[in-house]
Amino acid sequence: MSILHTVNKSPFERSNLDSCLKHANQGDSVLLLEDAVVAAIAGTAFAARLTDAAKMVKLCVLGADLKARGLDPAKVIDGVAVVDYAAFVDMAAANNAVHAWL
Amino acid sequence: MEEDFEGGIVKKFMYVNRKAPYGTVYALEVLEMVLISAAFDQDVHVAFLDDGIYQIKKGQDTKELGHKNFSPTYRALEGYDIEKLYVEQESLDERGLTEADLLVPVEVISRAEMAKLMGEMDVILTA
Amino acid sequence: MAYSVSGKSIEADEEGYLVDINQWNEELADLIAKDEGITMSPEHWEVVNFLREYYAEYQIAPAVRVLTKAIAKKMGPEKGSNKYLYELFPYGPGKQACKIAGLPKPTGCV
Repeated sequence: MSILHTVNKSPFERSNLDSCLKHANQGDSVLLLEDAVVAAIAGTAFAARLTDAAKMVKLCVLGADLKARGLDPAKVIDGVAVVDYAAFVDMAAANNAVHAWL
Repeated sequence: MEEDFEGGIVKKFMYVNRKAPYGTVYALEVLEMVLISAAFDQDVHVAFLDDGIYQIKKGQDTKELGHKNFSPTYRALEGYDIEKLYVEQESLDERGLTEADLLVPVEVISRAEMAKLMGEMDVILTA
Repeated sequence: MAYSVSGKSIEADEEGYLVDINQWNEELADLIAKDEGITMSPEHWEVVNFLREYYAEYQIAPAVRVLTKAIAKKMGPEKGSNKYLYELFPYGPGKQACKIAGLPKPTGCV
């Protein structure tokens, strides 16, 4: 059993990502989209948390949302994969459930 | 997933409450969703974590707010055969609350147990 | 829509459920029942009063299944049955009895 967690709020504004990472199990996937993509960039105050989480869960960020916000996909934290919508669909299908942390 | 005696599929549902009541409409909406879901004979779990535990804090009084106090409705869940209520210990601790502050019987579990339980669900709805 | 009782107008939604539960009184209940084609008997009142107590305690109108079970628990299996309740309220104890009791439409009732 594995879950695809999706988070769409910035960790600097809401606790959604923090709570999500605390409840994700080994082997789960976490996809950052919409405002949550800011967490994927290297050098932020949240970066260490994410680097740590990448050891346990598969971390992904939606490229379209990075680009829309002027964030460079080349500057994401090591261990975070930049994905497109097709990959998002594949991940949803590959996991037992999708958990949207609203 | 398991087949029940009528041949329908019973899935494990979890409704996760993470927001305090009244500031936004989420808590009430989830509660109504839970009540409606009871009609479908599914294996329903309701979890309270983060600020969601304020939804079942004792002593809510909304008179001055001019807003309906819907906290008594959580006590009706038992009559709807929804008896699997879980509260996260760490969320209680962070807010200086204990099980005695809650208005409905719940099972208090650790964050690790909550994460494990989530991993066993077929459907999770969080708000 | 609105009901008129003793020269006073009491507001209801388009289906006849009261907008403000606090405006309910027994005279109004009789009037709503008449609109539903029901003449209130002691047995009807027993259910209506039970619903009002349920609402006072839980702040919701119960689903029919829950109402039936709760009545069975309090008044015994004969009254806590679909047959008994539908005889009293032919168009559904949830919808009709709740309306007469001044409650909102039951949650989960479509």
